[in-house]
Amino acid sequence: MKREPVLRVVGKMLIPYMLVFALYVQFHGDFGPGGGFQAGVISAAAVIFYAIIFGLPAARRVMPEALVEAMVAAGALLYIAVGFAGLLLGGNYLDYFVLDTDPVAGQHRGIFWVEVGVLVTVSGVMLKIFYMFAGRQRED
Amino acid sequence: MAVIVIALIFQRNLFSVVVLAGIYSFLMATVLVALDAVDVAMTEASVGAGISTVLLLGALHLCGGEEAKPLQRGWLPLAVTLVIVGALVYGTLRLPAFSDPHAPIHTHVVPRYLEQGPKETGVPNVVTAVLASYRGYDTLGETIVVFTAGIGVIALLRRRRRDKDGR
Repeated sequence: MKREPVLRVVGKMLIPYMLVFALYVQFHGDFGPGGGFQAGVISAAAVIFYAIIFGLPAARRVMPEALVEAMVAAGALLYIAVGFAGLLLGGNYLDYFVLDTDPVAGQHRGIFWVEVGVLVTVSGVMLKIFYMFAGRQRED
Repeated sequence: MAVIVIALIFQRNLFSVVVLAGIYSFLMATVLVALDAVDVAMTEASVGAGISTVLLLGALHLCGGEEAKPLQRGWLPLAVTLVIVGALVYGTLRLPAFSDPHAPIHTHVVPRYLEQGPKETGVPNVVTAVLASYRGYDTLGETIVVFTAGIGVIALLRRRRRDKDGR
C-alpha cells in the first residue's frame, strides 16, 4: 500500500492524533474512562497503522524490535518495582500511601506509575505479536 | 447482533468472518456503553475490533481465505456445547436480577469503594481507583498475564524461524 497517496497523507495526518489520544486516555484515566491498558492498545494500533501503510521495515525503523521486546519486560518490571518501592518505604507490597508525605498524593503517584507500567507492557506485547505475524508473512 | 452471529456461523469465507467479527465487537462496545461500562467498551472497541481484526487478517494472509470442509459431522462437539450451554443457563437462573442494589456483590466492599474511594485516592474515576489501587494485585497479575502471552508468542514464532534457517 506504499504507493497510495491518499492513504499516505491521511495516515500521516491521523497518526499524531492517535498518539495524542493514547496519551489523553492514559493520563485522563483518573477522571474519565481509560487507563494503561486502553492507552497501550491505542498507541500500538497507531504504530500498526503506520506499518500497514508504510510497510514493516519503516515501522521497524520507528519502533525497533529490540525496543519493543524491552518494553514487554520493562512495563511488568516497573509495576513490580512500584510494589517494592512501597515495601522499602515501610508499607505493604503495592501500598501507595507511603509513596508521598501526603497519602492522597502517594496514591496518585502509585496509580500513575502502575498505569505507565501497564501501558508499556500492553503496547509492547501488541506490537511484538503484530511484528511476529507480519514478519512471517514476508518470509514465506 | 443476533443477525451477525448467525451470519458468522453460516459464512464460509473467512475474510467476511473476520470483518463480521469486527462489526460484532463494535456492536458489543455500544452495548457496553449503554450499560455505562465505558472503560470496558473502549477496550472492546480497540482490542476486539481493532487489533484482533488486524492480527486475524495477518493470519488469513498466511493460511488462505476459504474454510476447509469439515471431515466428519460434529455431533459430539454439538452435544458437548449444548450441555455446557444448559449448565451455564441453569447457573444464571438463580443470579440476582440485573442492577439489583441488594445483590451480594453490591453490599460487600462496593459501598466502601464508592464512599471512600475518591477521598482516599483523590481519583474521581472509581474504575481507575479500584483497578490500580484497591485491586493492585489483580492488575499486577493481569499485566503478568499479558507479559506471559507476549513471551509465549515470541517463543513459539521465533523457534519456527530458526528451524527454517537451520534447514
